[in-house]
Amino acid sequence: MKRSVAIIGGGQTYHAVRRHDVNQPELVNEAVRAALEDARMSIDEIDAVLLGNMEFFEGQHMTDCWVADSIGCFGKPGLKITTGGTVGATIVAAGVHHVASGLFDRVLCVGFEKQEEGDTNAILSGVAHPLYGRSMAGAAVGYFAMMATSYMATWGAREEHSAMVAVKARQNARKNEYAHLKLDIAVEDVLNSRMLAYPIRILDMCPASNGACAVILADERTARDRCEKPVWIRAMDTAHNEQFELDWRDVTTGRPIFSRVSASRLYKKLGVKNPAAYFDVFEIYEPATWAELVWYEDLGLCRPGEGFRLIEEGATEIDGPIPVNPSGGVLSTNCIGASAMLRIWEGALQIRGDAGEHQVPSEVRRVLATAYGGTNWTVLTALSKSRDD
Amino acid sequence: MSDRVAIVGVAQTRFSAKRAEVNYAELAYEAIERVLRETGLEIERDIDNSISCSHDIWDGQTISDIGITDVIGGHLRNEEKMAMDGSTAVYYGAIGILSGEFSCTLLLAHTKMSQTNRNIVNNDAFDPIYSRLLGFDFTSAAALQAGRYMSVYGISKEQIAGVVVKNLSNAIRNPKAQNSGDFTIDDVLRSPVVSHPLREMDIAPDSDGAVAIVMASEERAREITDRPAWIRGIGSCYDAHYLGDRELARCMALQKASEMAYRMAGIENPRDEIDVIELGDEFSYQELLWLEGLGICEPGAGGRLIDSGVTAMDGDLPVNPSGGVISGVPANVMGLNRAAEASLQVMGKAGEHQVDDVRIAVAQGHSGFCGQHHCVIVLGGE
Repeated sequence: MKRSVAIIGGGQTYHAVRRHDVNQPELVNEAVRAALEDARMSIDEIDAVLLGNMEFFEGQHMTDCWVADSIGCFGKPGLKITTGGTVGATIVAAGVHHVASGLFDRVLCVGFEKQEEGDTNAILSGVAHPLYGRSMAGAAVGYFAMMATSYMATWGAREEHSAMVAVKARQNARKNEYAHLKLDIAVEDVLNSRMLAYPIRILDMCPASNGACAVILADERTARDRCEKPVWIRAMDTAHNEQFELDWRDVTTGRPIFSRVSASRLYKKLGVKNPAAYFDVFEIYEPATWAELVWYEDLGLCRPGEGFRLIEEGATEIDGPIPVNPSGGVLSTNCIGASAMLRIWEGALQIRGDAGEHQVPSEVRRVLATAYGGTNWTVLTALSKSRDD
Repeated sequence: MSDRVAIVGVAQTRFSAKRAEVNYAELAYEAIERVLRETGLEIERDIDNSISCSHDIWDGQTISDIGITDVIGGHLRNEEKMAMDGSTAVYYGAIGILSGEFSCTLLLAHTKMSQTNRNIVNNDAFDPIYSRLLGFDFTSAAALQAGRYMSVYGISKEQIAGVVVKNLSNAIRNPKAQNSGDFTIDDVLRSPVVSHPLREMDIAPDSDGAVAIVMASEERAREITDRPAWIRGIGSCYDAHYLGDRELARCMALQKASEMAYRMAGIENPRDEIDVIELGDEFSYQELLWLEGLGICEPGAGGRLIDSGVTAMDGDLPVNPSGGVISGVPANVMGLNRAAEASLQVMGKAGEHQVDDVRIAVAQGHSGFCGQHHCVIVLGGE
């Protein structure tokens, strides 16, 4: 990239299953105001506004046009990107390109979803190909059920392991004032929760949340002049799997797969040999418990088949050696268009030391954030306290 | 712009009312395959980024770039979808290359309007609380804008009909065009009223089609072609959502978007410096109104401009020599088709509808009803 780019501010809404007190523009406005306040900036100082959102989820066509006034892009350049669950990170990548291009110095990136106004499962089934896939589409639950059975059969993991992930996420969420599902639960509660599609129980899945997130990106000069604790975006990488790779839910697949391909490209860019040591915190996009275990392996935090050992040992707890999702993650809050941006923003808060009760106890210099969506798509973001490292 | 970005290849399907024999991925592939063949590029080897423009609601698939990930070369690579008019793909593609992150980007816009009902799709773009229940669609909103524009500035229905006559006549020389013909102003004024004052011939018809473009950094552009169309300036801007919050007879967003693009391109006098314009005449009156927004004439002077013949094929500043959107270009594809046609003019490859001596061409696209978001691209030769 031609110019370095930093996060100089951000904000999020309180996430909830119902937000009857606000409409969509009012919801995103809450996050935008929080981000501007955090960056101590007025909207007049913003050069461009970019929106990420999946319009089917709230039954509105051209959401960017409806929320234009409330995200502050009236009279300003802007655009909208929609790439499913990854879009919150894709819109940050778009913001990075805007600033790095030299045409814009201060860019506001906004992601949101107000899922209560649509039917999430029906819409997710609409992801499948209309001729070849839709008649057997099982939305996200069906997909993760297949991933889970494959994982269990191949590596010998048990339902207790995924339950540990569910407990970690919701216990961490209790420390995050903005999180949606703050549940004081134990492993037995997860194992006794309602079965959706074997072995996925309701507590194995993310909720359908309403919420928004906004971050402000800036060039180096603005970052140094205006921000005490800029968080630098060191590298990003995107990989999308095409829709007909039907073995993508088989954990033993030998074919190149989005997560591993993307991680290896990003690590190469940054010269990362041991990601578990290089990064101090991971904020990953885990729509289901089993996906978190698979992410551990795909990101190289452990060897294939050892992901469930990490959770068993407590390695990824908030005070463990490899903290994963101290915020409570997507399992606790999933407002789709905002979720991938929340991973980046939560990572930035950890680096700034501003995560409050869910701040990890050890020093945080580098964070890796992941996104997850589409038919196995990801965007990875490496954040750092230092511009050069 | 200190660094240079160029459009190096353009391919378009023929636009037609219904392409029942292909799905949208197959339609997209027609354009992609052609642009790759024409430029001699291979996706795996040469393309490092791809951007598509379409809407889930038109495509009938959630996250509908899933349907084209393979044909656009997105498998395990960078691929982004903008739910906006195709002109914004050029805008964002240029930004990506200027950032230094990419060197060669494939742009795509595709829509099959034949598989959906435009009135229902358009109605969903109105906020669900105050205006959707009124039954608005883009046509009825455009009718309000046309009425306001005509009454504020005294633009006549004959002047607006003149846009249709000119563009459909231009389309005769464009082999990709869906509709074309020699019509008279009376023909237009005799076509049935759809939403007063707009008549059937004032409204772009439903269309199926796709456009693909390859953009490259200066270094790559020089290797790929000896006739690139250089991006001289880009601009975009949003207006307010609610019609009541806008002055519909003016286009603030287009003025701001074009000022940004002209500033970058160093254009001080657009009327004299621009040689050809391809703009989004989704509804006939928009050509006149958008020309005012583009600074080609004063606000309210759009009617006199068409009367003077300046914007005709043989005028000083031909507008929509391709036949424009009114000849039939799908929603979302409109703006990329404008950019493609403007590039062909700069490259001297527009065939029978080529305008002589084009040094600077401007492409304009819009998203949302009554042009809530505008995007302007200035293209030029060496």
